[in-house]
Amino acid sequence: MCGIAGLFSKSSSFEERLGDHLSDMLIQMADRGPDSAGVAFYRNPAPTGSSKVTLFSPDEGYDWDLVAGELSGAFGGSNAPEIRASHAVIVVQTDADDAGRWVIDNHPELRVMSAGQTIEIYKEKGDPREFVDRFGLRELSATHALGHTRMATESIVTTEHSHPFSTGLDLCLVHNGSLCNHNRLREELRREGITIQTDNDSEVAAAYLTWKMREGASLTEALESALDDLDGFFTFAVGTADGFAVLRDPIACKPAVMSESEDWVAMASEYRAIAVLPGAEEARVWEPDPGQVYIWEKEKV
Amino acid sequence: MGTAEQTVEVVDLIEITIRELNQRLHDAADGGPQNWRITHPNGLHAIGAGINAPLEIDIDGHVGYYCVGMNKEANVRIHGSAGVGLAENIMSGTVIVDGDTSQSAAATGRGGLLVVRGNAAARCGISMKGVNIVVEGNVGHLSAFMAQKGALVVCGDAGEALGDSIYETHIYVRGSVAELGADCIEKDFKEFHTAELTGLLAEAGVDANPGDFKRYGSARKLYNFSIDNADAY
Repeated sequence: MCGIAGLFSKSSSFEERLGDHLSDMLIQMADRGPDSAGVAFYRNPAPTGSSKVTLFSPDEGYDWDLVAGELSGAFGGSNAPEIRASHAVIVVQTDADDAGRWVIDNHPELRVMSAGQTIEIYKEKGDPREFVDRFGLRELSATHALGHTRMATESIVTTEHSHPFSTGLDLCLVHNGSLCNHNRLREELRREGITIQTDNDSEVAAAYLTWKMREGASLTEALESALDDLDGFFTFAVGTADGFAVLRDPIACKPAVMSESEDWVAMASEYRAIAVLPGAEEARVWEPDPGQVYIWEKEKV
Repeated sequence: MGTAEQTVEVVDLIEITIRELNQRLHDAADGGPQNWRITHPNGLHAIGAGINAPLEIDIDGHVGYYCVGMNKEANVRIHGSAGVGLAENIMSGTVIVDGDTSQSAAATGRGGLLVVRGNAAARCGISMKGVNIVVEGNVGHLSAFMAQKGALVVCGDAGEALGDSIYETHIYVRGSVAELGADCIEKDFKEFHTAELTGLLAEAGVDANPGDFKRYGSARKLYNFSIDNADAY
């Protein structure tokens, strides 16, 4: 199993409470995935000319001020790190690619969880309920967010093996299912110069999308070609700067439910994660067709 | 009818657990309330699993996985949509869903009637063994896979691999069929089939003309049960 929850706000007042609602959804999915949990929040865009990175350190007492200071020294500006449990978000006065590369080169003890203008990825092993509290997710406002609760099948349980996986700037992927051809595909993607950090099958799916889009495919095209190239079971949810996309494998081995109200669009592995949202009882509910790409983006809703 | 019909036992699933509810529904087989209204189902799993009494049940909202599995005798109306495995292995009684159902509705069902007012997703009636299913909308892929007995009526369209490896279930589809499964073919209507379809549409309360449907069933090329070989099984 594994649980997925995605929530997209259609009103600014709902954005204020998005973290609270996404947390409720995630907790409903806790028994589909008690091993680890993770979220991608799209919030607080970095000012033009700058970007932000979310960094992870397994060291509880890590000196985030030091890294933030070094980043200011390298790129200018001065921004205090926003620390959440084992993660910190730092705004950097350069583009997200440069910022991410600098961290990898200068602080190999850190893991870059996400990079972009608006994305913040937090993930950690352990119970999803504790994760919500530890990271203070309820207080976060956001335009949209994705969450994942993991029941591990293909690889071990660590923070690095948890979802979401970054799949490019402001992009991330969560996955319910398992892929069979990830080993071969990982080698092929590495030969193409795509960075893959773990032996997790879902990270290969994220890397596959990164590669396809690097080659010029749109997100929809990349997902459609995934139907041919990824062998296995999947419901994917992909977060983008402007919204999110959903795709189920053509056999529909893994569940997904979608719902839309006046205030929000939601997707989840099961309806009980949607039932906790305000106005759920009046919202339209449907099951996405297998093999079809669904996308919500700001201008399209 | 009698006074028992006028009393409705209302159960709010915010207040009691699924286990408590199901225990009370099981106990009703030995007497007690016969009319039930279940509120705030909120996508919870296994609501009303294993009922074994002619209860009348209304559920207000969307239900989760395996709702009213193994139902015997009860008539259940779901005023919402249903998750995976609705009325799995239904034995008898009637289950009516106002909305859609997810995958594997009435899977392995042995008797009774399932009516879906909306669409049923993939694998509707998979391995059905005598249940009748009437879907007003569409059904997804692999519906009536290895279906053995009973009838599947689809007023909308059917997805890929309809009736794959089918045995003796009768399938009626009014709309298009994306693809027939292995050994499933279109077949002629005989008097029996017209009567069966007319009866099921009436029982389900669906206003449709039986003459608009096509019938599908087994070509009997894939399975080779012959009564002369009964000793071998």
